[in-house]
Amino acid sequence: MDKVEDLKKRIKGIESGEMEKGDMILSSLHVTQELFDNSVPIEAAKIIADEFEVKVERIYELATFYSMYSTKPRGNHLIRLCESLPCHVVGGSEIVKKLKENLKIDFGETTKDGLFTLEVTSCLGICGVGPVMMIDGEAYGNLTPEKVEEIIKSYREGEK
Amino acid sequence: MSKIMTVLFSVDSNSLLNGAKEYEDLMKSLVKEHNMFEIIEVIETGSFGFYENGVPIQILPEDLYYVAKSTGDIREIFEEHILKGRTVSRLLVESSKLGPANISKFKETKLVLKNIGTIDPDSIEEYIAKDGYRALAMALKMRPEEIVSILKDSGLRGRGGAGFPTGLKWEMTLKSKSDKKYVLCNADEGEPGTFKDRLILEGDPHSIVEAMTIAGYAVGAQIGYIYIRGEYYNSIQKIQKAIDDAERSGLLGSNIFGSGFSFKITVRPGAGAYVVGDETALMESLEGKVGRPRLKPPYPTEYGLYGKPTLINNVETLANVPWIIINGADAFKAYGTERSKGTKVFSLMGNIANRGVVELPMGATMREIIYGFGGGIAKGRELKMVQTGGTAGTFIRADKLDIPVDYESTRNGISIGSGAVLVIDDMNCAVDIGKKVAKFYMYESCGKCTPCREGTREIYNLLDEISKGRGKPDYIQRIYEMSKEISDSSFCGLGQSINMPIMTLLDNFKDEIEAHIGAQRCPAGVCEFEKVKTKDAKKTARSI
Repeated sequence: MDKVEDLKKRIKGIESGEMEKGDMILSSLHVTQELFDNSVPIEAAKIIADEFEVKVERIYELATFYSMYSTKPRGNHLIRLCESLPCHVVGGSEIVKKLKENLKIDFGETTKDGLFTLEVTSCLGICGVGPVMMIDGEAYGNLTPEKVEEIIKSYREGEK
Repeated sequence: MSKIMTVLFSVDSNSLLNGAKEYEDLMKSLVKEHNMFEIIEVIETGSFGFYENGVPIQILPEDLYYVAKSTGDIREIFEEHILKGRTVSRLLVESSKLGPANISKFKETKLVLKNIGTIDPDSIEEYIAKDGYRALAMALKMRPEEIVSILKDSGLRGRGGAGFPTGLKWEMTLKSKSDKKYVLCNADEGEPGTFKDRLILEGDPHSIVEAMTIAGYAVGAQIGYIYIRGEYYNSIQKIQKAIDDAERSGLLGSNIFGSGFSFKITVRPGAGAYVVGDETALMESLEGKVGRPRLKPPYPTEYGLYGKPTLINNVETLANVPWIIINGADAFKAYGTERSKGTKVFSLMGNIANRGVVELPMGATMREIIYGFGGGIAKGRELKMVQTGGTAGTFIRADKLDIPVDYESTRNGISIGSGAVLVIDDMNCAVDIGKKVAKFYMYESCGKCTPCREGTREIYNLLDEISKGRGKPDYIQRIYEMSKEISDSSFCGLGQSINMPIMTLLDNFKDEIEAHIGAQRCPAGVCEFEKVKTKDAKKTARSI
């Protein structure tokens, strides 16, 4: 299994030095998600558990506690929309409506074609240009319903 | 080295979203096309503190600011200003938006943001040219006790929100005996509406590297961690580069400045949990566990990361340290109020004309901040309320705009918290705002203790009922009592803080909330009422 070997290699790559092992676990989960459809599947969780000599239950607990992780596979693109008050008062609710309408999914769901997963995120710290959303690592600000439509379209076209 | 003209592009996270990179590349290629690269320098810098829905550009030596909103604007600035020497007044930023209007007795005072918007954050040379790492060199010649006493004397208090005296924290960590100690930088900036830490990390990352190294020397730690929001991709990159460059230059690593002192800094990304902003929860998370807070005492200065004495400071707190070491405690004490010294970085957002950041001495009023520096309310609307200090902060009405804000002003009903200033106009409804606040608490509660886990959901449910026209007359009282109970009995600062936003909102907007219940009317026209179905209503009443 290529992915498994790759994951093991990458875990080794996370700088360890004289550090304690524990503080590399969260970073390992981030790496896992890059390899396994934006998620932490059970086979990967087992590898991490082995690597750090902890129980697999602990990995499951982490994967379900932190909002950036998922135990279920997610779409190719992860859309994280800020629903905090600073984005809400500058028109955030219209953006929520538009995104759900356009993608035909609710928060926490993935589109049928597997392209997008829609999630809520807490404040992204770019409130100077709210309302904001993040697609994968890319942030988008000063959103309007029209702009959202354009952005989603450009991702759809990029997939073709 | 200095060229005739310098064009500075603000490339912080906000401006990047407005196309800063694309505009900068265009400007560079125009300069190259015209063979002007020997006389014109195009460089990147951090935030200028304002955004105007475009990319702010500063031109030196004229000291003018433009805001570009398209590639056409960049071409115009190049052709008109740079080639022909004619100011493009259409794109010029009015000076009133840069500085305070006459109503403020304060000038913007940059101790923390001094380098942001003036240096290239990726260049260690530029940081060093601005007195960078001088404080570290000075500190390494002092005894640790001397450094601690300067900080204690300065009166610096934690800028994360709680306001604990920083010098005292350093002293307690120094006095703890252990074979191993840690210095942590809390960069898990998650308080909604707060983006000052991101700005510092991206605009002046070396200041944090330097301050942490000073802290390591002062408390006797050799290992430092920066725990940073997992979603802050840009900040992680910038701070990592700063660490690598400092190590390469011998300003970090082993035997710094030949002093025999060694220090190592590692960056660790978070994974999305607001509660991890609590210092003990952050330590749990760093150890690879779920981020639930620990019982205190013992305090982290005694029993912190991996059970070792640990100093943990917020980004903004640390950013003050080099300035204090160089300029001394007395210079620092000259700013601020009696019990809150120095400055505070405020993040201005919401329905305000100029969103951005401003650093002011402690004791500035909201009127000065919002109308003096923020340009007033956006789109000529009326101010309805301001939430200060983040989602866990107080809601105020216009009558409290003139109270000086510092760590003590909470007793006057206005909290400073993280320095967030959220302006909310009259298009918004108090019930709807309350629902958002309650939802935030409900969503972010870690579930460890019952009052917070269950109570926050109850408050949300009650407000949700009110917003749908199904509220009962006693709901307001119940929300009030419940938020008091949650804050009295919760385990950590998250639940404990809910009384601030909820109670101040209820106090200030009782009439409006009552209108939803009695008259079945949302005065702001935001809430959509559903028809009451008797069966449902009964069910809900029972479940609450």
